[in-house]
Amino acid sequence: MNKTADDTTAIKVDHVYKDFYLPHDKSNSIKSAALNILKKKSRQPGETQHALSNINFDIKKGEFFGIVGRNGSGKSTLLKILAEIYAPSKGSVQRDGRLVPFIELGVGFNPELTGRENVYLNGALLGFTTKQVDSMYDEIVKFAELEKFMDQKLKNYSSGMQVRLAFSVATRAEADILLVDEVLAVGDAAFQRKCYNHFRKLKKDKKTVVFVSHDMGAIREYCDRAIMIEKSKVVAEGDVNTVADKYTKMFMKEQSKEINPKEEQPDRWGNGIVKVKTVSAQKTEYKEDQYIDIEGEIVANQDLASDEYVIGFSIRNATGGQIMGSNSKILKVDLPPLKKGQTVKFAWRFPNVFNDGTYGIDATVIHPDTTIYDWWEDAAQFVVFKEARTPYPITPNIDFTIK
Amino acid sequence: MYKNLLSKYRYSLILLRQLVITEFKLRYQGSALGYLWSLMKPLFLFLIMYVVFVYFLRVGDGVPHWPVQLLLGIVIWNFFAEVTNNGVVAVVSRGDIMRKINFPKYIIVLASTISAGINFLINLVVVIIFMLVSGVEFRFEMLLAPVYILELTAFALGLAFFMSALFVKLRDINYIWEIVMQGLFYASIVIYPITMLLSRGREFAELLLLNPVAQVIQNVRQAMVSGEADTLLSISGNWVIALIPVVLSVVVLLLGAWYFKKQSPYFAENV
Repeated sequence: MNKTADDTTAIKVDHVYKDFYLPHDKSNSIKSAALNILKKKSRQPGETQHALSNINFDIKKGEFFGIVGRNGSGKSTLLKILAEIYAPSKGSVQRDGRLVPFIELGVGFNPELTGRENVYLNGALLGFTTKQVDSMYDEIVKFAELEKFMDQKLKNYSSGMQVRLAFSVATRAEADILLVDEVLAVGDAAFQRKCYNHFRKLKKDKKTVVFVSHDMGAIREYCDRAIMIEKSKVVAEGDVNTVADKYTKMFMKEQSKEINPKEEQPDRWGNGIVKVKTVSAQKTEYKEDQYIDIEGEIVANQDLASDEYVIGFSIRNATGGQIMGSNSKILKVDLPPLKKGQTVKFAWRFPNVFNDGTYGIDATVIHPDTTIYDWWEDAAQFVVFKEARTPYPITPNIDFTIK
Repeated sequence: MYKNLLSKYRYSLILLRQLVITEFKLRYQGSALGYLWSLMKPLFLFLIMYVVFVYFLRVGDGVPHWPVQLLLGIVIWNFFAEVTNNGVVAVVSRGDIMRKINFPKYIIVLASTISAGINFLINLVVVIIFMLVSGVEFRFEMLLAPVYILELTAFALGLAFFMSALFVKLRDINYIWEIVMQGLFYASIVIYPITMLLSRGREFAELLLLNPVAQVIQNVRQAMVSGEADTLLSISGNWVIALIPVVLSVVVLLLGAWYFKKQSPYFAENV
């Protein structure tokens, strides 16, 4: 029986292990199989990869449960085990209720079929009869905004169109438990908004949702609890903010390690007397937040007086156009004198007046006479995604009252 | 529990139906004659065989309605070939879906078998037209033919289950099966009358008829076209021997399904 221990648990993951066997060469042929029999080996040479080891957790009914972790940490494998796509090597997963996975949108999409035919095929995979799909077909097409394209083959669709269609079908799924993996990584801001609205509705309807994402903003906003997977193990579990903080910290550490101050990098130049060590936005995604916070560090490679350097930045939009910026000289910031090897931390805070989109930060350290110590283009990024959106260049918070 | 079973069964049926429809749409997509090709292929093969073996080599002289028997044999053989050939690659070619959603995997093999079955029924219409033109008379024995076809379907489906699961691990299976099929085509008494074998000795004919494909082809010929056509039973005169291919078909189906079921949890990670 597919029944969990008590009535409040939707999914119970009990001591789950998953190993993948990776053969060393392309040896799934008769020849090597025969050779291995001769050598009295039951298996071909290869190695076992432990994708998951000893995973235990419960997901309660009606809970929005987050799974975070880096690429290759094992979180996608875990999701596939929850969805019964993979069988665990050891341990068990118990589920209570009908489960529908949204693992990569476009389940069973066939490029040679038309949009219309794909809707029916996809519907069948979600358990809908032809009649049922008939009755919801118009709504699906309308939601996907693809009225004119339904009789075209899917291979002629753009990736954005495919995702819209897939999501539109997937939102119809009647399930008690939904598994969502990185759906929001694709599509434009308008589509992402639709996704988020759908998730809000799911949350309101008290559905059990397992949500895998790199977007800590979304995890914090939607999830009730979360776990973090790192190197095949659960390394954090419970409160969403604690888990998200841990993830962000780990990721930032990694990111600052990755910074490679090569002089010949085309997006970075300068004589290197002072260098920008790290720059990062505090959140990867900003919603209605009042302020955007950028933090960073500079490091001096020789002694400098406080009036011998200027720290500055500018913000670029997705097309590379500079839209704002400032520096310590304009803002009359008191900078400390620098000793060789000394690092100075800085933080910038400015109002979130931006429209939806991805923004790049240029970080600079220059001499007041404009000699460039370090000019680093696109040193960090942040994303803005607002509920209240306007078609104008900036979207500041506006107090609108009726008197 | 009962309700649970029913809903699971319902899902399988919905999916099965849609996969069969999809397979049919994809198969003849973009071809001008579309479904007609599924009729043309066996007809042309029949035409060639007829010219070579009946007209020039004069095989089958004195066998009642031999051209119709020949066509019937080719159509049954094509059905067997389609079920097994499509079956081998069925699971692997659906790898993309299996990596995204869990569903009963046997549906894939069943869908490709049903597609082949629909093709077979269309071809059978041509055979029946030929029978009418050739003046084959109606006999009540004809009603037995579906039973034999069911036996062949069980045999082919069992092989399809087994090979499709094995193909996930061992990608040589389709080449091996191609070679086996070439030999089996001649061993299955498709293009020559069984009387030719009987002139060489009873035991050899008996041996070849233990193969369910040959046995079914002969039995259907006997039931549908000519009561004079020899079958395993008429040659051996022994019910026990005559049942061997039937039992073999059932065993192949059970073993194939068992192996498939055992392997299916690991399809998604291995395809």
